[in-house]
Amino acid sequence: MTQTQAVLELNDLRVDRGGVQILDIPSFSLCRNEFVSLIGPNGAGKSTLLLSVMGLIKRESGTLQYRGEEIRSEGDRLELRRKIAMVLQEPLLFDSTIYDNVASGLKIRGVGRGEMRSRVMSYLDRFKLADMAQRSARKLSGGEARRVSLARAFAVEPELIFFDEPFANLDPPTRQALTDDMDKIIRDKGISAVLVTHDQSEALRMSDRIVVMNGGRIVQEGTPSAVMNRPVNQFVANFVGMETILEGEVLENRDQQMAVTVAGHEIDTVGDEKPGDHVYCCIRPENVTVSVSHPSEKSSVRNAYPGRIVEVSSMGPFLKLQLDCGFPLTAYVTRDSFAHLALCEGKGIYASFKATSVHLIRRRAG
Amino acid sequence: MELILAGVIKAFHLLVSLDDEVLGIAMLSLKVSGLATLVSLLIGISAGTLIALTSFPGKKVLVSLVNTGMGLPPVVVGLFVSILLWRNGPLGFMELLYTPGAIIVAQSIIATPIVMGITIGAMQNLPANLRLQILALGATRGQMVWMLIKEARLPLMAGVMAGFGGVISEVGASIMVGGNVRGYTRVLTTATVMETGRGNFDIAIALSLILLLFCFAINYILTYIQQRERPR
Repeated sequence: MTQTQAVLELNDLRVDRGGVQILDIPSFSLCRNEFVSLIGPNGAGKSTLLLSVMGLIKRESGTLQYRGEEIRSEGDRLELRRKIAMVLQEPLLFDSTIYDNVASGLKIRGVGRGEMRSRVMSYLDRFKLADMAQRSARKLSGGEARRVSLARAFAVEPELIFFDEPFANLDPPTRQALTDDMDKIIRDKGISAVLVTHDQSEALRMSDRIVVMNGGRIVQEGTPSAVMNRPVNQFVANFVGMETILEGEVLENRDQQMAVTVAGHEIDTVGDEKPGDHVYCCIRPENVTVSVSHPSEKSSVRNAYPGRIVEVSSMGPFLKLQLDCGFPLTAYVTRDSFAHLALCEGKGIYASFKATSVHLIRRRAG
Repeated sequence: MELILAGVIKAFHLLVSLDDEVLGIAMLSLKVSGLATLVSLLIGISAGTLIALTSFPGKKVLVSLVNTGMGLPPVVVGLFVSILLWRNGPLGFMELLYTPGAIIVAQSIIATPIVMGITIGAMQNLPANLRLQILALGATRGQMVWMLIKEARLPLMAGVMAGFGGVISEVGASIMVGGNVRGYTRVLTTATVMETGRGNFDIAIALSLILLLFCFAINYILTYIQQRERPR
């Protein structure tokens, strides 16, 4: 991948609504061929960020550069909008045929009939819509309608593409098929993309960079593994699925091998915090092992605690166990393991995890 | 009963024999109300779209006024247009009173709020994010407005039907500003009123049948287009 220069650069962006600041982004950039995912709760400002880049909502301040050129006038903004395609959460198709829908962006740009036809047909083909080109766009299933809206966006051959939760409310197989198609075109054509999503696995799988937003600000950005495994604060930890977040205090640190006390228990971990530092210990549920006897001395597991199962809930192919080991802990086990170990609510167990599975975040004392 | 039967038979005779006077009255009605509907479409759709797409203080009051205007009594419109066009009135210099032009003006005033009200409703019923989606496709503001109007075309056709139906069947304004001048401003409704008053029920029935036929034809054509566009 070549990410030589920023295609899009945004500085000091502020958006207010009803006198309240809803977006405050000191800087944000998108590089050539880069795929960035924006994640965060509802109201975090993800869609607002995309809409303000498109020039579709009023901003209080901010400068925007496209390939080094500043976007100033209304004309610049229109020109930029014509380089970006945007797919919104609803397909928002026009009351005409599928063909006309896919052609709409090209008609707007005044593309000639012949070229329009060949481009539309090529994208109808890519999105497996060629057979239904003359059907009304009003009588499609959810998945078909999304395919039409994707084909419509790609048909203008944009340099950048923004997706605002385009696959919300779709069943997993349809979602998977669509993301695969979309990913392939983006990589083939070298388009830079920004995806707003609630689905962490989608963000993980597709992105070069993940940006976490909350309350109109960027809280963390980095590679998927950095954001997922090394969240910078409790909010991000929570958001990226660190189900166990425990308050603790560093007892000792010998060559980055540390002991942290949590509710009177000692947890071994690694890091460079100093004794006396207040920290959050974050543990992913998939890193916690549940057993009915004490894990073998031969194991490399540094942390093992007796406890009991407080609650069992279903998470599709596996089960989520809430454990009480003197401190709360969340673990995932498969249905097979659950049956094999004859687990049930109230049963006594051992919970164990490696010292390297604990991610520490410094916190203010209190 | 005999009277009605004789009237209907005579009416059919007049229609089939293409009586010159009846035909003239029918064509004038069609021309005057057609033009008035056209004027009301131009004003009503543009103003209605503007009102629907912008937000400003007093918008709710304005929309309520437009909706009230949808039921504007034709005689009230006739009265005010008469005053305006009166020889000594503010627009008297135009010498429009008792001409087909005066009827077009009055009927346009009656039909415009109808078209405008239906346009506002149709535009506000479009999905809220459709505007964003059209702009995101690279449209200019003008292209966006045009695409929205196209998207709302089916409810807007209802506006055409309601506007035309309203003006071709009104009598108050036409008689007041047109004067029911034979061969000049006599339209289907004013002629029907006059012939009924004179006891010429056969001609009145013939005129009414033509009026009903026009109303049915325009509604049938537009309904046909609507159904073809969106088969259920």
